[in-house]
Amino acid sequence: MSAAPGRSQASSHRSAQHGGASVNAIDFAGRVHAHFDRVCNHLLDELAPGEELTLNLNAEDTLFVRFNGNRVRQNTDVEQLNLSLRLQSQGRTVEKSRTLTGNFEADQAATACLLSQCRQEALVLPIDPNQVPIQNNGSSNEEFRGALLAPEQVVAAVVEPAEGCDLAGLYAGGTVIRANRNSKGQSHWFATETFFLDYSIYNGPKAAKGSYAGSRWSAAEWAANLARSKTLLQLLSQPQQDVKPGAYRSYLAPRALSDLVGMLGWNALSASAWKQGRSPFKKLAEKELRLSPLLSIDENFALGLTPRFNSLGEVSASTLPLIRDGALQTLLVNSRTAKEYGLVANGANESEGPRALDVRPGSLQQADILRELGTGLYLSNLHYLNWSDPVSARVTGMTRYACFWVEDGEIVGPIQDLRWDESLYSALGSKLMALTAQAEIDPAVDTYYQRALGGSRTPGALIDGFTFTL
Amino acid sequence: MPTSPLPFAAALRHALPAAEWAGLRHSRETTTQRGVRNDRPDQNQSALEEGAMCEVLVDGHFGYAATADLSLAGLQRAFERAIATTRATSAHQVHRFTPNQRPAASGRYRSPRHTSLDDTSLAEITDCLLAASRAMALSELLVNRSARAMLVQTDIHYVSTSGADTQQSFELVDITLSATAAQGLESQTRSWSHTGQFGGEVFHRDTLARQAQQVAQDALALLQADNCPSGRMDLVLMPDQMMLQIHESIGHPLELDRILGDERNYAGWSFVKPHDFGTLQYGSELMNVSFDPTRAGELASYDFDDGGHRASRELLIERGVLQRGLGSLESQARCGLPGVANFRSASWNRAPIDRMANINLEPGQATLDELIAKVEHGVLMRTNRSWSIDDYRNKFQFGCEHGQLIEDGRLGRLVRNPNYRGVTVDFWNRLAGVGRDDTVHGTAFCGKGEPSQVIRVGHASPPCLFRDVEVFGGQA
Repeated sequence: MSAAPGRSQASSHRSAQHGGASVNAIDFAGRVHAHFDRVCNHLLDELAPGEELTLNLNAEDTLFVRFNGNRVRQNTDVEQLNLSLRLQSQGRTVEKSRTLTGNFEADQAATACLLSQCRQEALVLPIDPNQVPIQNNGSSNEEFRGALLAPEQVVAAVVEPAEGCDLAGLYAGGTVIRANRNSKGQSHWFATETFFLDYSIYNGPKAAKGSYAGSRWSAAEWAANLARSKTLLQLLSQPQQDVKPGAYRSYLAPRALSDLVGMLGWNALSASAWKQGRSPFKKLAEKELRLSPLLSIDENFALGLTPRFNSLGEVSASTLPLIRDGALQTLLVNSRTAKEYGLVANGANESEGPRALDVRPGSLQQADILRELGTGLYLSNLHYLNWSDPVSARVTGMTRYACFWVEDGEIVGPIQDLRWDESLYSALGSKLMALTAQAEIDPAVDTYYQRALGGSRTPGALIDGFTFTL
Repeated sequence: MPTSPLPFAAALRHALPAAEWAGLRHSRETTTQRGVRNDRPDQNQSALEEGAMCEVLVDGHFGYAATADLSLAGLQRAFERAIATTRATSAHQVHRFTPNQRPAASGRYRSPRHTSLDDTSLAEITDCLLAASRAMALSELLVNRSARAMLVQTDIHYVSTSGADTQQSFELVDITLSATAAQGLESQTRSWSHTGQFGGEVFHRDTLARQAQQVAQDALALLQADNCPSGRMDLVLMPDQMMLQIHESIGHPLELDRILGDERNYAGWSFVKPHDFGTLQYGSELMNVSFDPTRAGELASYDFDDGGHRASRELLIERGVLQRGLGSLESQARCGLPGVANFRSASWNRAPIDRMANINLEPGQATLDELIAKVEHGVLMRTNRSWSIDDYRNKFQFGCEHGQLIEDGRLGRLVRNPNYRGVTVDFWNRLAGVGRDDTVHGTAFCGKGEPSQVIRVGHASPPCLFRDVEVFGGQA
C-alpha cells in the first residue's frame, strides 16, 4: 500500500515553473511589485535622521472554492495587500500594519499617516532593550510562475473526474507574495503562483484524505491522485475492527509523522521558549535526554516551499541542522532572542518555528512496511494534537481518516477513531524502530488570514508500543 | 462606520440585473497588541484591516469577491468578479438559495463600555502592564512574567439590494497575565485573562497588579505541588475551564454546517444527526444551554449576523434534551431544522459561515461550597491549558493549569498537571451539580472553515460537578 494517498513525491514537487503563466497572475505580481516599491520609496524618503524603518508586504490574489458532496458550497475571490512598518527610533520599537487599496495616492497618504502614528507612539513608549539594529542583509528576487486553471474552469476540472464521489474540500489557487525592504537598502521579493486541492472522499462516516498541489494543473495528475484515494477508500469498506486502549506497534504514514513533528513548531524548538521555561524540549536542549539515533531533522529551504528571508530580511542558511542522530544541534534563534539572551541568531522568524522542516529518511522500504509492522495499527493521519504534559513533551491527539488494524502484515480493516497520548521522547526516542526510505512533502495548506507558505518533508515512522488511551 | 461616504448604493446597482440579489459588507477593524515581559516592552503593534466583501446571488448560488479598493470602480470590479465566478460555479451549487436567506434588516449596535478605547492612552495601558509585570517579581524562579493586552475596534456596515442596512460597532479588550516558574527541569505556568466587550475602564492599575501577584504566587506553588493523581473520581470544573468544555463539546458539534458536512475536510463532522434534535438526551436534566448574543459584555454579542439576520437568545439544550442547532438561514434552508442568527465572518476577506456566538450554560442553584461538599473524593480544576477532541466531537482530553484535591467534601492540597478525558454525551450525563454564580469568559481565536477563519466567541458558565470521570496527571 502506498504510504499516503494522493500526495506529490518530493522529487516532483514544485520545481520553479517559468512561462505559461496566466495573464492575471503576471498582472497581479507585476502590479503589486511596482506599487510596493513606490509606496516604500515614498516612506523611506520621509524618514528623519535617527529613524530606521523595516517594511514587509504580504499579498495574494486567490480564488477559493469550497466543496461538499462534490458540489460547490462557497466560492470566494480575494485580492489583498497588507503592508507592515516597523519604526525604530531613539531606542523605541513600534510596528503598525494596514490593508493597502492598490491605489497609489490613497496608499501613500494612508501609510504616511501610519508612519506618523508610529512616531507619536515612540515618544510615549519605554526604551526597548532588546531592539535589533537594522542592517542591510542583502537582496533577493524570486518569482515562480505557474499554469493555473482560469477561475471559470476550476469547478468542472475538480468535480467531473470525481463524479460519484462524496468529496469535501478546498481549492485555492493564485499568486502569493512576500516582500521586504528596509532603510539600509535591503530588498527581498518572492512571488509564487500555485494551487492546492486539499480534499477527502467519504464512504459514509469513513474517509480517505488526499491533497493535490503544484504550480501547473494537470487533469491526468488529478485523476491519478483521485484514483489512489478511491483505492484507499475501498479498504475502508471492510468491517470496522474494535481496538481497545493499550500500547500497539504503529506505523505513522508520512502525513501522520508530519502532524506529529508539527508539534516542534509549538515552542519545542524555540530558543526564547526554552529560556522562558516554556519549551517541551528543555530536557533535550539541556542534554538530559536525547531522541532516537535514527532521527535527524533539518530546516531545509532547498525544498523551495518558502522564502529564506524572515521579517527582518535576514536570510537563513539553505540548510540548518536542528537534530542530528537524536541530539539537538541548535534551537531556532531569532535576532531579538539572541540579543536578549546572548545567543547566536540563525535566521529564525519571529515565532521561532520551523518553516521547512525536513526529516531525514531511513531505510525501511515501502514494500516492507506492513511486514515490519506485523500486528498493530497503520495510521494515515493524526488530528488535533496538543501538549498534554509539556515538561515531559507528552502529546495527545486522535487518529483520523484511513487508519487500519493490521495482523501478521495484512490489513484486516479500519478502526474506530482512537485517542493517543505519548511523549515525543518515547515516540521519537526509544520507541522509534525505523523510518521509511521514501519521504513525502506536505505543503502548508493553512489559510488563516492569508495563504500560508512552507511545509515539511517527512518519511513514514514505525513506532513500538504507541499508547492509545480512549 | 465609514469615515467618508462610500459608494455602496451605486456599487450594488452595478451588480443588478446580472445578479438576482447583491450585498456589500464593509469592515474596518483595528487590533492593537501591547505587551510587557519581565518589566520590558515586548510588543507594540497595531493592525488596520479594511475592505469590502461583495456578495451576489446568481442562478440560486451565493458567491463572493473581496476587495480593499473601496472606490466605485474597485467595488464594481469586485462585483463583476463575483458574478463571473458564481455564474461559472452555480451549475454545481450545493443548494438552490433565494433572497429569503438575506433578510432586509436595519438597525444599529454598539458595544457597552464606560470609556472608549479611543480615550484610553498608550501611556495608561503601558503603565498598567508594567505594574502587573513588576507585581509578579516575587522570586527568581519566576523566569517569565508577561502582561499583555489586545484592544479591538471593529465597524461593520452591511447593505443589500433587498434593503438591509445595519451598522455595528464593537470594542473588545483581552488582557492576559501569565507567570512561569521554573526550577531544574520542571516548570509551571499560571495565567489569568479578562476578555469581553468593554472599554478602557478595565485598565485599572492596582486591580491588575493584585491579580498578577496572585498569578505569580500560584505558579510558585504549582512548582512545588505533587502531580495530579490518576483514577476515576468526581470533578469540579471552574468557569474558566467550563468555557472550553462548552466550546468544544457543545458549541462545535451543534453547528449545522458541520452536521451538513461542509467542515468534514477540515475541522470535522459531528456525532449529532439531524434526527437527534428534540430527542437526544445530551446531558443530565440539570443541563440548560443557550445561544445568547444579547448578553451585554460577552465577547460575541451583536444585534445582527453577517447575513442581516436579527439575533435573539435561543435555548439549544433544555433539561438535557437537544432542541436547536447553531445554523444560519442558509443551513436552515438546507436541512429544515430551526437555527439561530450565526452567519459570521472573521474579516472583510472571508465569507460568512455558521459560527458560535455566546454559548452559555445556564446557572443552577448551588453555591461552590455546596458543590464541593457533595464530593467524597475528587479534584477541582481551573483554567484551561490543553485541549484536544476528535473530528466528530466525541472523545476529548483536556488539561488545566491548576488542580486542588477534594476529600470528604473539603478542598485539599494543590496538584499540578491535572487532566481529564471522556466522551461527550456520556460526560454531560454525569453532570450532577450546577453552580448558581456564572462568570463570563471567551476566546478571540476560534478556528474553523475553508478558507480558515478565527472568530470571537463568549462562554458564560457557573462551576459544575461531574461524577466519576477519568482523571490523570503528568509524568513523574
